[in-house]
Amino acid sequence: MSEDATTMGKPVFSPFNIAAGVILLVGGVLTILRFTFGFDAVTNLSDYNPWGIWISFDLLCGVALAAGGFVTSAAVYLFGMKQYRVAVRPAILTGFLGYALVVIALHYDVGRPWRLPYPFLVRQGTTSLLFEVAACVALYLTVLFIEFSPAALEWLGLKRARSIVVKLTLLLTILGVVLSTLHQSSLGALFLLAPSKLHPLWYTPYLPIYFFVTAVIAGLSMVIFESTMAHRFFFHKMDEAHLAEKDVLPLGFGKAAAFVLAGYFIVKVIGISTGNNWHYLATGYGIWYLVELLGFVALPAFLYAVGVRDKNITLIRWTAAWSVLGIIVNRFNVCLVAFNWHLPTSERYFPHWMEIGISVFIVTLGVLIYRFIVTRMPVLYEHPDYDAH
Amino acid sequence: MSLSRRKFLGWIGAAGMTAVAGRKASAATTHHFEGYPDSIAVLHDTTLCIGCRRCEGACNAVNALPAPEKPFTDLTVLEKDRRTTSKTYTVVNQKSGAGNGKVFVKKQCNHCLEPACASACFVKAFKKTKEGAVTYDQSVCVGCRYCMIACPFEIPTYEYDNPFSPQVMKCTMCHPRVVEGKLPGCVESCPTEALVFGKRDDLLKIARQRIARRSDTYVDHIYGEREMGGTSWLYLSSVPFESIGMRMDLGITPAPELTAGALGAVPMVVGLWPILLTGIYAMNKRKEKIAAEEKAQAVASTLADAEEKAVARLDEVMEKAKQEKTQAIEKAIKEALEAEAKARAEAESTTDQESDVTDDSEKDA
Amino acid sequence: METIHTLQEFMLHTKNVTYVLMVAALVGITWFWLFLTERDEE
Repeated sequence: MSEDATTMGKPVFSPFNIAAGVILLVGGVLTILRFTFGFDAVTNLSDYNPWGIWISFDLLCGVALAAGGFVTSAAVYLFGMKQYRVAVRPAILTGFLGYALVVIALHYDVGRPWRLPYPFLVRQGTTSLLFEVAACVALYLTVLFIEFSPAALEWLGLKRARSIVVKLTLLLTILGVVLSTLHQSSLGALFLLAPSKLHPLWYTPYLPIYFFVTAVIAGLSMVIFESTMAHRFFFHKMDEAHLAEKDVLPLGFGKAAAFVLAGYFIVKVIGISTGNNWHYLATGYGIWYLVELLGFVALPAFLYAVGVRDKNITLIRWTAAWSVLGIIVNRFNVCLVAFNWHLPTSERYFPHWMEIGISVFIVTLGVLIYRFIVTRMPVLYEHPDYDAH
Repeated sequence: MSLSRRKFLGWIGAAGMTAVAGRKASAATTHHFEGYPDSIAVLHDTTLCIGCRRCEGACNAVNALPAPEKPFTDLTVLEKDRRTTSKTYTVVNQKSGAGNGKVFVKKQCNHCLEPACASACFVKAFKKTKEGAVTYDQSVCVGCRYCMIACPFEIPTYEYDNPFSPQVMKCTMCHPRVVEGKLPGCVESCPTEALVFGKRDDLLKIARQRIARRSDTYVDHIYGEREMGGTSWLYLSSVPFESIGMRMDLGITPAPELTAGALGAVPMVVGLWPILLTGIYAMNKRKEKIAAEEKAQAVASTLADAEEKAVARLDEVMEKAKQEKTQAIEKAIKEALEAEAKARAEAESTTDQESDVTDDSEKDA
Repeated sequence: METIHTLQEFMLHTKNVTYVLMVAALVGITWFWLFLTERDEE
């Protein structure tokens, strides 16, 4: 199953490739602008709004949506759900790419990106939750790289190195879950320091717990979403086992996502109660909060459940996409919409088109790297030289 | 539902404290922190401020900041509310006071006793010095701007226009000058003693005396005494602090306490998650092992059964074969015997006729 | 020992120690698991 006719035969100037090419070109120009003229040239960041969409989307959403790696590997290697074994490698790959893109995006966002290793090498600000996030993201990126390396090593034919890495699977999986628990929750805990800036409906001591639980939901939904995409665009790369998993995976992961969403709904309502914030629900922000809670938590929980009961794979897939959107809405709410809610409209932030351009550029980069890898390495099929285990 | 924001924040704080009871209790009972003894502060009595902007000018000169568009003598600037920027460490804002009066209030870094920026910084760029200033070290700053998210007073600013070495810009309380024994630029330039420099403890006493002596003028509150755990800039006002742009809903919880619970949970996850996860793994592995053993056993017993049956059948067949063989032999013998008997009988009948001859011959013989 | 005057300094000190302990814990618990299961029959 190496380079087969279907990929080689595709025209270089397909609509997708042309669009991707244009985005890369524009992204390249924006990158040059960012690093030669500074933030003012490409962003709407201000002294009131130091974090824009490069944090809310690229960092917060990026990390949450890359949770599929730890969720799937934990399900298979720790919880013994062997039936999803073929889903592990694609999930690890997208997880790794997700985190790699987060790190790339951070280079755009911080003022002096060449100093990004400073928290580890120069001075350790251990009281900062950002230190914890940085340490865990750096370590977890390494873990994901090692976890994915067997695919690359099989591709390169390095059997001995591969067998050493495979022996570490259990250790890496547990480390991955520990690190993910920590930094997924700590991303929420970042905002605990700003009780006077975040709207009370979103500011709660439970923020870290909410961020972790939503990361699990995001991970489950993204694996369904990505597998849908892969089955659509890379089915010719798949072997029997992967093709057979097409309907099994959405049913299992959809069921899990439905139940986790239900739990999340419960703790969200408890959060309103512990803060005694019921009266805020009647305000404009409250209505938006209810949209998030009912439209992006309760609704997908219900739709997932119906999809699982009726074995309606199409419904499960659409619900997965809706849940992913829900996670994005939640992160935007915490970081942008409900943040600085006390400020007048004139001081509020709305992204510059060039900020959006760079975010689109980075996502496109990820899709292209994913395509490069799955068309070459044994991700969607098993390498014939290696055993199933 | 007439719940004040302050009360709400108190409750949030209480919820946080409950969540981290273990950690918090030890800090509260065996560790209580009063801050650096004899640290300095500035008391800003807004009732004495005339809005001359000389402090702004002095700050600009002392810190070698770029010249502003309009000179510091131009008081029309006061017509619009301003905030600190990367080119202005301090601004004076004009607010409406009692009647038609005007109140001027100076804004700059408040130099918290427990700075949120320092708690937020992952390279320890911010430090509460023993003198009282919160200093910033640009040589390690990565530029993540989490300090700006964290600051409840919205003071730190960033050089967004500087592409290669952007810095966080904020008031230094003239720390270098104070160490040399000089006054901060703004305090030195103030013509009305609206700014008083001294030990924080002394300034608190002075502030209390002023409030007591002129209780009809002052609001009975020293802003900065307890806000966010206390600050090294203290304020007095004749009008409610909210009306001059100073938030009263910040609470008195020092910034490090806001994240203490989340930080305290980190080592618990590191310590216990591997135990839990390995346990789940081991349980599943054991379940798989038992399942495999049961399967193997089932297979083995089925095999044994089959073998037994096969043996039994073989025996049966053998028996049958044996029987058949015996029968066949018996039959053959019987047949043989019968045949012989028949033959003999036939032979006897013929010899009867010949026997006489034979007998005779025998007899003859 | 230096006297700690602020909560921030106290947090910094305890978190520094905690991070070292956490690394030790991860290495230690891995070793201990191997020690515990070394003689298990496969």
